[in-house]
Amino acid sequence: MKIFVCIKHVPDTAATIKLAGSTDYEDKDVKFVMNPYDEFAVEEAVQLAEKTGGEAVILTVGPADAVATLRSALAMGAHRGILVKAEDRFLDSSVAAKALKAAMDQDGAGDIIFTGKGSVDTEGFQTQYRLSRALGVPVVNEVTALEIADGKAVAQREIGGGNKEVVEISLPGIIGGTKGLNNPRYPKFPDIMKAKKKKVDEMDLAGLGIEAAPAATLEELELVPERSGAKMLDGSVDDQVDALIQILKTEEKVI
Amino acid sequence: MANTGIVIETENGQVKETSLGVMAAAGSEVVALVLGADPAPFKETLAAHGAAQIITLSATGGDVAQNPDLAALALAAAAKEFNLTALLGTASAPGKDLFARLAADLDHPLVSDCIRVDVGEKVGVKSHFSGKTFAKIKVSADLFLATVRPNAIEPAELAGAGELGSFEADAATDGSLKILEIKADAGGKMDLTEAPVIVTGGRAIGSADNYAVLQACADKLGAAVGASRAAVDAGYADHSMQVGQTGKTVSPRLYIACGVSGAVQHFAGMKTSKVIVAVNEDKDAPIFAKCDYGIVGDLFEVIPKLTEKL
Repeated sequence: MKIFVCIKHVPDTAATIKLAGSTDYEDKDVKFVMNPYDEFAVEEAVQLAEKTGGEAVILTVGPADAVATLRSALAMGAHRGILVKAEDRFLDSSVAAKALKAAMDQDGAGDIIFTGKGSVDTEGFQTQYRLSRALGVPVVNEVTALEIADGKAVAQREIGGGNKEVVEISLPGIIGGTKGLNNPRYPKFPDIMKAKKKKVDEMDLAGLGIEAAPAATLEELELVPERSGAKMLDGSVDDQVDALIQILKTEEKVI
Repeated sequence: MANTGIVIETENGQVKETSLGVMAAAGSEVVALVLGADPAPFKETLAAHGAAQIITLSATGGDVAQNPDLAALALAAAAKEFNLTALLGTASAPGKDLFARLAADLDHPLVSDCIRVDVGEKVGVKSHFSGKTFAKIKVSADLFLATVRPNAIEPAELAGAGELGSFEADAATDGSLKILEIKADAGGKMDLTEAPVIVTGGRAIGSADNYAVLQACADKLGAAVGASRAAVDAGYADHSMQVGQTGKTVSPRLYIACGVSGAVQHFAGMKTSKVIVAVNEDKDAPIFAKCDYGIVGDLFEVIPKLTEKL
């Protein structure tokens, strides 16, 4: 079984974002990591490869530095990687999906494709859907449990209010994973060393014949102001609760 | 002039409050699109919130309510039929999924989970980097597609003609995706993502049973109950209740965090709430630096008292 996993190199959620001009940010002090949701995708792919004797191939579209994120997925047990170099860090999801498809076409079709449910940088939550249409295969997202048998995948997904939807897709198909699907492993030192020797192919958008002509433009990036600190409510528990109810009812009008 | 369509979500025979907020985002009369439900019972509500037309959407290829791929194809056909220049939906679990399918079918940009939209300018403002920045995104496609974060925009009254109609799209799927069943075993609770008020318990809650204290308060407030990652990882709450990174992103008008320390990853999921209240025993808890109102105290004393006085 040939398994593709699409992952993204993103700023750590804990990183402080400082703006550089009106549509970019400073990256020199920002730590980049594998998009947290993609860890579930990599883990699921590695487990499936172990079970079926298959191959897990990691794909990423991003800057040259994204190879570090690729290597961290290889350290989790994936077999090899493909980096499609693209310098635009707000790369349009449509362009990213076309690049992923082109790289897969070149490498040979996969039997199943895993992604995270979305990325925490641009929070678009749509690349896997665009890849689905580009490849002409079905997609199911926010998957918390998965069973694969007889050329089909049965996925359970959260749909709100604690309800779960059970969806069956034919394979090849795309599974967008999220928390609950598995417990991503922490690579050990020997795994990290081994990952350095695994094969990583590099290509770029132009080489794949992808033109970036997106129909959406980032016009402005602005920092969201932090709250300046709580107004603390003093006194006995009775006093505090009375004050809170008063504020929420009359000042804030939220209850 | 913008000609805007809105995908209306319904629940228990009523239009969801969050859909009325999306209608307000359009700022003028809209075409309300109802998937696989009889819109007659909603006519008055939708007309009072700006629906010029209320259209039941169906497809020749099956039940649009039972297949998101089919629903997406039907929506794409409806956008053409009604000459829409913008089509908006709710960034709810089904809404996000449906609009991503639609945008991918059309290969059009989708600005997801917006806190503001301008349908005339085809601009959406949305969170980037876990709520640390807002990105203003302009779309140049003929049809502006966007989903709006639940509760980000308040419903507004706007009289519309509310003319009922229907549209059947000539569309079918290849059957590569099937919904087998809906499991409501852990369900029956208010959806966190769309709740107007949320009461969240962190690790300090101490056990799964202790969530009853928060649930009692939530019932009085018409609120949903959430959990921090620490509480989920400790086994006190189901993952479907988790707020923050690797959980849900919420934006209620009131968020009450009980025994939550206030990690960056938690704020990533609730930062755009209108009012944030924290109750924590530790006066130095980081959450107090980033919320609106704070009470230093034991949640097991404060919350029952609040429940009693509400």
